[in-house]
Amino acid sequence: MSTASATVEPRVRRPRRRRATGAQVLKYAALLFAALVVLLPVYVLLVASFKTGAEAEPSRAWALPDVWSLDAWRQAWNGEQYGLLPFLENSFKLVIPATLISTFLGSLNGFVLSRWRFPGADLVFLFLLFGMFIPYQAVMIPLTQIFIDVDFPEGIPRLVFAHIVYGIPITTLIFRSYYATIPEDLIEAARMDRAGMLRTYWSVVLPVSAPAFVVTAIWQFTSIWNDFLFAVFIVDDPEQWPVTVALNNTTGSFVTPYNVQMAAALIASLPTLVVYILLGRYFMRGLMAGALKG
Amino acid sequence: MADIRLDGIGKRFPNGFWAVRDLSLTIDEAELLVLVGPSGCGKTTALRMVAGLEDISAGDLYIGGRRVNDVLERDRDIAMVFQNYALYPHMTVAQNIAFSLRLSKRPRKEIRERVEETARLLGLEELLDRRPKQLSGGQKQRVAMGRAIIRKPQVFLMDEPLSNLDAQLRVHMRGEIEALQKRLGVTTVYVTHDQVEAMTMGDRVAVLRAGELQQVDTPTNVYDRPVNLFVAGFIGSPPMNLARGTVERGEEGVLVRLGSATLPVPAEIARVRGLDAWIGRETIVGIRPENLQGPSADGRPAGGFQLPATIDRVEALGSSLLAFFTLDAPPATSAAIAEATGGGLQEVALITREGTPFCATFEPRSAVRVGDRVDVSLDTHRLHFFDPESESALGT
Repeated sequence: MSTASATVEPRVRRPRRRRATGAQVLKYAALLFAALVVLLPVYVLLVASFKTGAEAEPSRAWALPDVWSLDAWRQAWNGEQYGLLPFLENSFKLVIPATLISTFLGSLNGFVLSRWRFPGADLVFLFLLFGMFIPYQAVMIPLTQIFIDVDFPEGIPRLVFAHIVYGIPITTLIFRSYYATIPEDLIEAARMDRAGMLRTYWSVVLPVSAPAFVVTAIWQFTSIWNDFLFAVFIVDDPEQWPVTVALNNTTGSFVTPYNVQMAAALIASLPTLVVYILLGRYFMRGLMAGALKG
Repeated sequence: MADIRLDGIGKRFPNGFWAVRDLSLTIDEAELLVLVGPSGCGKTTALRMVAGLEDISAGDLYIGGRRVNDVLERDRDIAMVFQNYALYPHMTVAQNIAFSLRLSKRPRKEIRERVEETARLLGLEELLDRRPKQLSGGQKQRVAMGRAIIRKPQVFLMDEPLSNLDAQLRVHMRGEIEALQKRLGVTTVYVTHDQVEAMTMGDRVAVLRAGELQQVDTPTNVYDRPVNLFVAGFIGSPPMNLARGTVERGEEGVLVRLGSATLPVPAEIARVRGLDAWIGRETIVGIRPENLQGPSADGRPAGGFQLPATIDRVEALGSSLLAFFTLDAPPATSAAIAEATGGGLQEVALITREGTPFCATFEPRSAVRVGDRVDVSLDTHRLHFFDPESESALGT
């Protein structure tokens, strides 16, 4: 990347009347180039989504549309053939409970693994961490078999369950690290105030957990929303597909309406963006300030 | 209210280290006992065992006559004040103080009344709606106290509660805590490494070293009759002067040779300390700085034995003046002394010659200067003697 940017650099640099050192110019040029590389596909996506079906073909991918049209967006949103709306709904039905439950479980786990420890807590944590390194593919068949054996409600409930279980290692890891930063004194003060484990969690630990909840929820929301593999093998009924699977099927068998596909891809990725923009502001710091000496 | 009895209490950590060994102590009802010792002596561990935050590895713990080894901390009816205050950051002062009452499901009205009563007692009325981070160190300290006293527990435990305050506030809070404890009459164990707090606050003082109890007594008795070199070095600031001296028999009684000086030992002291058995043997001789006095303002020597000294260093503290000189006697060095004094006087007095640095108290407005040759009056009635082998005080 750096060698590539060096060769392109003279073109990118714009002469400015500012006292900038050569190193700075080089640095910004490289960064700008990297940003362009990352954003180029998004540009292609965006312009294609505003083209008409005839105009949207790979040979003209870079060109701006001759006619700006919202038709592709309309079709991708609630068109008869490609409309994503019902699948977006499915995705929300999946991602909201799965995120909330896996985050909450991670918080409870993190608490008992760091601040209300039991004998063997470290070993349990180690085994939980192993869960992070088991690829989806490895559990496809056993997971399906278990669902069938216990007669688990089909469709989205199965997917919710799978994501909760798969989310526990990472959510536990995040909360355990976060809770390790809570002063032990605070927990002990609660114990001396005669709070039990659940009361300590609920009244003392949970209220100062907001930053970890935000981080974990963003993480879980994003990865569950973007998941394709679990959805494709767990959910048989097309009516219950989440948006990722539905998006894959906008690729028609005979024609490929690129403009609709691009608009659909943008629609499918919007919620994760929105979540990040909304919750990102709540990355709270300094909530713990004042717990210890000032 | 209840008494606390520790009977052979021990704490063994998983790595095999005994942080507290065979600790036996009784804290009477309504008494304030100060557990004091240098850092790492096991005092906090001992306190945490009483609190129930740490399992007891050996021995029995009784509170109010009930054995509580296996009783959960919340059922021991104990309140604790932490070194870092440990206030709940998301709760207001009122909520912090009320937390334990809320947990025990007291009626709202009672909680409000007791919070107000506690706040009045501690001068926190104006601060009830603030959060901990909006409070100063002294205010946080008061809230932590409030959280403890609102419960009217049987026992207070305080773990170095003043160590995070600045010096002036510490003096002030010392008095407040002591007055509060007397007023409430709650049995209290107070842990500190600060021997001034130990001397000024405790009904009795328990000195710990390396997990073992050295001495328990009133502050004055611990100060006047330390049982061993460690206690002698630890209690008192500046610490007791210690040097090696040989006991001899003179014509008029027992003498002790300290370097080139030969001090007559009063018959009473010689008898109580059993010095007859030490004739011709080396002991460690101790004398507190206030029992070594410079000449009075008009130049007249104070009473007692006159010890010629050349002043190495002068520290004028305003209310007193410390003068350091070197006594030509071999220093009494031991691990206990080093541990007790944290390095000891050697570093303070900048040794210029062979010998032992000694500290004397002079008149605050004394004109003494470095290099002056003066006679220092030594009160021989205040001599301490220790066995160099066992490090115990003689005659105890």
